[in-house]
Parts: sequence; C-alpha cells; structure tokens
Amino acid sequence: MRHIISLLLENEAGSLSRVSGLFSARAFNIESLSVAPTEDPTMSRLTLVTTGSDAIVEQITKQLNKLVDVIKVVDLNEYEHIERELLLIKLVAEVKEDHDAIKRIVDTFYGRIVNVNDNLYTIEITDTCEKIDAFITTLDDRLILEVVRSGALAISLSDKAIQS
Amino acid sequence: MPEKKEILRGAEIFCRALKDEGVKHLFGYPGGAVLHIYDALYKQNDVEHILVRHEQGATHAADGYARATGKPGVVLVTSGPGATNAITGIATAHMDSIPLVVFTGQVPRKMIGNDAFQEVDSIGITRPCVKHNFLVNDVKTLATIIKKAFYVATSGRPGPVVVDIPKDVTADSCEYEYPENINMRSYSPVIKGHSGQIKKASKLILSAKKPMIYSGGGVILGEASKELTEFTRILNYPITNTLMGLGAYPATDQQFIGMLGMHGTYEANMAMHNCDVLVAIGARFDDRVTGDLEKFCPYAKIIHIDVDPSSIAKNVPVDIPIVGDVKHVLKDLNKILNSEKNKLDENRNELELWWKQIREWASIDCLKYDRTSSIIKPQYVVEKLWELTNGDAYITSDVGQHQMWAAQFYKFDKPRRWINSGGLGTMGFGLPSAMGVKLAFPNETVACITGEASLVMCIQELSTCLQYGTPIKIINLNNRYMGMVRQWQEFFYSGRYSHSYMEALPDFVKMAESYGHEGIRIEKSDDVENALKEALSMKDKTVIMDFITDQTENVYPMIASGKGHHEMHLSSERELA
Ligand SMILES: Cc1ncc(C[n+]2csc(CCOP(=O)(O)OP(=O)(O)O)c2C)c(N)n1
Repeated sequence: MRHIISLLLENEAGSLSRVSGLFSARAFNIESLSVAPTEDPTMSRLTLVTTGSDAIVEQITKQLNKLVDVIKVVDLNEYEHIERELLLIKLVAEVKEDHDAIKRIVDTFYGRIVNVNDNLYTIEITDTCEKIDAFITTLDDRLILEVVRSGALAISLSDKAIQS
Repeated sequence: MPEKKEILRGAEIFCRALKDEGVKHLFGYPGGAVLHIYDALYKQNDVEHILVRHEQGATHAADGYARATGKPGVVLVTSGPGATNAITGIATAHMDSIPLVVFTGQVPRKMIGNDAFQEVDSIGITRPCVKHNFLVNDVKTLATIIKKAFYVATSGRPGPVVVDIPKDVTADSCEYEYPENINMRSYSPVIKGHSGQIKKASKLILSAKKPMIYSGGGVILGEASKELTEFTRILNYPITNTLMGLGAYPATDQQFIGMLGMHGTYEANMAMHNCDVLVAIGARFDDRVTGDLEKFCPYAKIIHIDVDPSSIAKNVPVDIPIVGDVKHVLKDLNKILNSEKNKLDENRNELELWWKQIREWASIDCLKYDRTSSIIKPQYVVEKLWELTNGDAYITSDVGQHQMWAAQFYKFDKPRRWINSGGLGTMGFGLPSAMGVKLAFPNETVACITGEASLVMCIQELSTCLQYGTPIKIINLNNRYMGMVRQWQEFFYSGRYSHSYMEALPDFVKMAESYGHEGIRIEKSDDVENALKEALSMKDKTVIMDFITDQTENVYPMIASGKGHHEMHLSSERELA
C-alpha cells in the first residue's frame, strides 16, 4: 500500500543523506521525497511517499525514528489528510489545433498557463498525484517538452500540528 | 560573578574533553590531519595513548575494551587511509551494538570537497555503519559534540559514533566548557517498559506449559544478567543464549540448555521449535539463530523485550512487544512474578513433562567428539582451557570453526567474558580485541581462541602487545584450512576445496619469537594440557600456542540454511531418526 510519511529532521549536514541512505540500505521503496526548512530554520520538514506491506511500513517508520537526528515521524495514512503535488510542464504546439487542445486540457485540470513564448507553453498545476498523472496522460506525448514534479506534500486535517 | 573560562585550542579541547569524560585509554595512529591533536596528547598525562600498528587494530582493541568493561572504547585516526582502515572495526562494533567513539582527522575546512591530499568523505563513508556521526564545523561546538558523541554511543541501544574533525578546527581556540548533561530533542531512548504490556506478558509467561527463554547480547549490554538470572530462577524455565548472549546466564547452571541456532545444541533448538511461549530478551532474531523463518517456533506465542523498537517484529511477528531497557523491564517483571509465583503450581506437571522432554533431547549428547584421538581435537583444547582457567578467563575469538567450538565448549558463567564478532563475523578481531581487554583488566587471564587464517589478519598487533605489556594467550587451532569454508565446501560443494587451504603458513613459534613473545607448537593430544599449563604460568608473556589440530573435524550439530530448528544435522556418523 502507498503511504505518505511526514518527518521533522534536524537541519544538519548529512541528515538528509541519512534518510535517503536508509531507504537504499534497507531496500525500502521511495517514490518521492520533498524537503525544505520549516519556520524554525534549525529543522527541516520532509514528506516522503513509499509503498510496502504493513510490516514493511512499520519497519520504515521505526527505522526513521531510530535515526538520531529525526525529531518526529508521522504516517499520515493514519490521519485524515490532504495531499498536493506541483507540476511544471513545458508544451510545444506544432499546429493550430495544438494551441486549442492545450488551453482546453489546462482548463479542464484547473491548471495555469504561466508563460507563452510563440508556440511554447509553460504550465503549472497543483493537485493530487493521480490528477497530475491523469493530466499528463491526457496530453498527446508529441506536445511534451519537459516535465518537473515536486513529489507529494501533505498535511493532516486534525487540529494538532506535527511539532518537535 | 561568572567564572572566567579557559581559552584552549581545539586539540587541547579534545584532550580535556576526553579527560572530563573519564577516558583512560585512547587507541590511535597518527597522521597529518591529527598532528595538532598528537602534539596536545604529548603534553598531557591524563589519557594513555596506545599506538596500534594498523587502524583496524585500534577499532578492534577499543571494541574489546568496551565489551569487557561496558565503557565506551575510544579511537583516534587520521584522515583518508586512517579513516578507511578503521571502517571494518566500526562496522564490527555497529553490528554488535558496541559503544565506540571514533575520532577521524579531516582536511582543513576550506579544502573539504577539493580532493585534497588524504581526503575522504568520512561522514559519508561511515554513515551506514555508525549509530551516528558528526562533522565538527566550528571549534566552539567541539566540546558539546564530544559530549553528544559519548552520550549517543552509550545510551539506548549502544553503537559506534564517528566524530570527524578538520585539522584547522584543532588549531582554532575558544573558551572551554564541558557540558555536564546533554539534551537532544531528536534523541531520547525509552527506558521503562509499558506497564500494561508487562502485565500482559507476565500473565502469558505464567500460563506457559512449554516455556522457553531466549536471551541475547542485549542483556549483556544492558547489564541485566542478575535480573535475567532471577527471572529464570523464579520460573524454573529452560533458557538458551545466543552467540552474543553467552555468559548472561551461567552456562554451568542446570536450567541452561546451551546456545541455540546454526551450531547451537540439539536440546536448545528442539525446545525452541516445540515451545508454546517464547520470551525473547535483548535478542534480535538473527538469521543464524532462527533458521528458516517459515519454520520458526510454529507453536509459540512470542514476547519480545528490547530497547530498540525497530528490532521488534523486524524478522518475526511478535504477540507482546515490550520496548524498554531490559534491566528495567526484567525488574518490573520479576516483581510481578515474585508475587504471583503460586500460579506456577497450576502448570507444575506440564512443566515437569517439558523438562523431561528436554532432558531426553539432551541425552543425545550432541556435542560429543572423539576423546580418544591422539591427533588433537580442537574441542579438547577448548575444554582443557576452560578447566585450567576455572571457566573464568576472558576469551576473545575470531571467525570460523574455532569460534563455534569456543562458544560450545567454554562454558561462560559470567557476562562480558566472551568477546567475539557475532554480527559482522570479522576475521582479525580476536588478537587486537584481546589486547584491549588485557589493558582494561591487567590482572585477569585473557585468551584469544583463533584459527591460523584469522590470526594473521591482524598479526601486526603483536608489536603493540609487546610495547604496552599486554600478555595474552593465543590459542591457535591450526587446521591448515579456512576450516569453516572447508566445512561448507565439504557439505555443499562436493568437497571441491576451492582456495580454502592455507598454503605457505608461517612458523608461528618463530613468528612469536620474532615479535619478542613466546611460541609453543603442540602436535599430540597428550601434550595439550601441559602446554596450556606452561603458557598460563607465564603470566607476563604473550604466548602463541600453535595447536596442530585434526584437519577433518567439522562443527556439529548444524542447521543447514533453509532448515528449521527441528531439522538439525548431528554429524556425519550420526543422523536423527
Ligand atoms: C574478513 C573476513 N574475510 C572472510 C571471511 C569468511 N570466512 C569465514 S570463516 C573463514 C575461515 C576462517 O579460517 P580460520 O581462521 O583458520 O578458522 P577455522 O574455521 O579453521 O577455525 C572465512 C574465510 C570472514 N568471516 N571475515
């Protein structure tokens, strides 16, 4: 099953590589990982998406907790939460119909055209990972020049925050 | 008025912090990046520096020291090759959860990342085999980082910690203050077990009809032998120890039914297979212990006590997990059990039947070997050594058949007496670790039971033994083979002994002499006892005893890979029905 795990990490040299190294050393899956400092600059917040059986995900959270500079680990699957991913994509329109198709599909997916340069469109979409997958598959492959995805971010809907 | 603090250079801070931490011995080897530190060491008398002959030796010696004393072992090596040479020892300590603090020199900060002379990314290269590591970016953080390093290494589930210090940091100065306590928001090991879980566990324990206690190295690391012994005695249940746990419960006691696992006793493995309640204490269900997981303890409810939550349910699902320091948890359990002992009466008959069954298994005498042989049997040497040292020596070992025979035939009654690389299985560990033990306990008998292939892997430390006067007894069970490799090749590769014969061996007697020690060669069973007596009587001499042993001897009994505890192989002559 897919799990989205949120962690607070001491913002120190090497702490990110400890997290990523753990995943490779123990052959855990990692689908995406995004990280940035928090409002307290001594800490980073890291969101990662992984897949595995219950037993494996239990090991993943335990092993993460065991890392000396991990402050907190929360498996967000245990909470009601929302999830968002940012997509930046460049599309090239070759013929007139392409321009129309791009605008129509971007509209349908509530995306935003952030830049147009002749026949080059730069587009931004923030949505769930599945919606972003769907957007990309809807597009004709021929149009796609470059795709950048942020990996998922998530936050619980409870009235408590994940804090140190 | 605030006290005026001393201004010290980084190198001096290093020495002072070790002193304030109570460090007596530092195992090290100099080089460019640590020369400021070596200069500071020269000017002080608080910490004794032991100059090894190879950085692997430094880490193993510090490791042996830590295993025997329970205090952290401390190492200092230079950058680059100094650090890489130390890796095997760091990984060895990591696998067995041994507290080490290893200081590695580093190139000056502004040169880091430039492929400078003797630069290696020590933080990156050690990351997968340490509990934690630190790069010291600023001399002002040095004292605190050293304090943290000792705290992390020794608390919770212990382990090695690396502190990487750039050379220019050791030249910088700042006010010195060694923190008394350390508080880390990201690190606070659990000590007390959950009282509800402990209650539940005590109920299950008291209801057992075929109970089994399986304890590991965690009991020794957690200084909980006394509590484990009390626990076992209250219950009158059978107990087995892992290779790492030997000595946590007295091996000569009736309730001890031997080591378990691949080369464990038949009775211990059968009891594991047939038990209905298994109490695992400070053990980690290693694959050499469990055999095939599919066949592991099929009838048992399992209780697992461990300080490391990630050890619990990692390999085997557990019914009652208890996270906590084993000493604390056992104390709490003993309290309950002592007051509810009468419940044991309900299952008295079943327990008696269970013990009868276990004695029947034991009557097979699975560790039997030919005692009439004139060719030296390695088991005989270990047995004699045990007798002559009253079972009270510190025994280190290497890896191979000799290690298993040492574990099977030297009956350890006390914790911290059996010192071996169980997890990583590092050949070369025995000699330097024996040296470390002897430094810690100069008045105790320290012997290293080894094989000729393992012994030469860190043989250079014989010089260190001479320089620092650490007279150890080296029992070389010389079968002219990498015996354990040969055994597997005999069993699983139709006797194709690919590169497992030790050609061109040195003359170990002359080798001992050339290093300034004593050497004895023993070729007949009849001479074993006298030779051991002679060597043990040379109290202030390191002695290599080169026992020319039976080349064909195998370690029995054995669980082959893919087999369960109930599928042991007794020997080539004896098969189980
Ligand atoms: C550093 C290292 N290299 C290789 C091995 C694999 N290995 C395990 S046992 C063994 C043979 C050991 O031979 P010896 O020391 O003579 O002991 P014996 O088995 O003969 O008692 C080898 C090569 C190891 N454990 N460690």
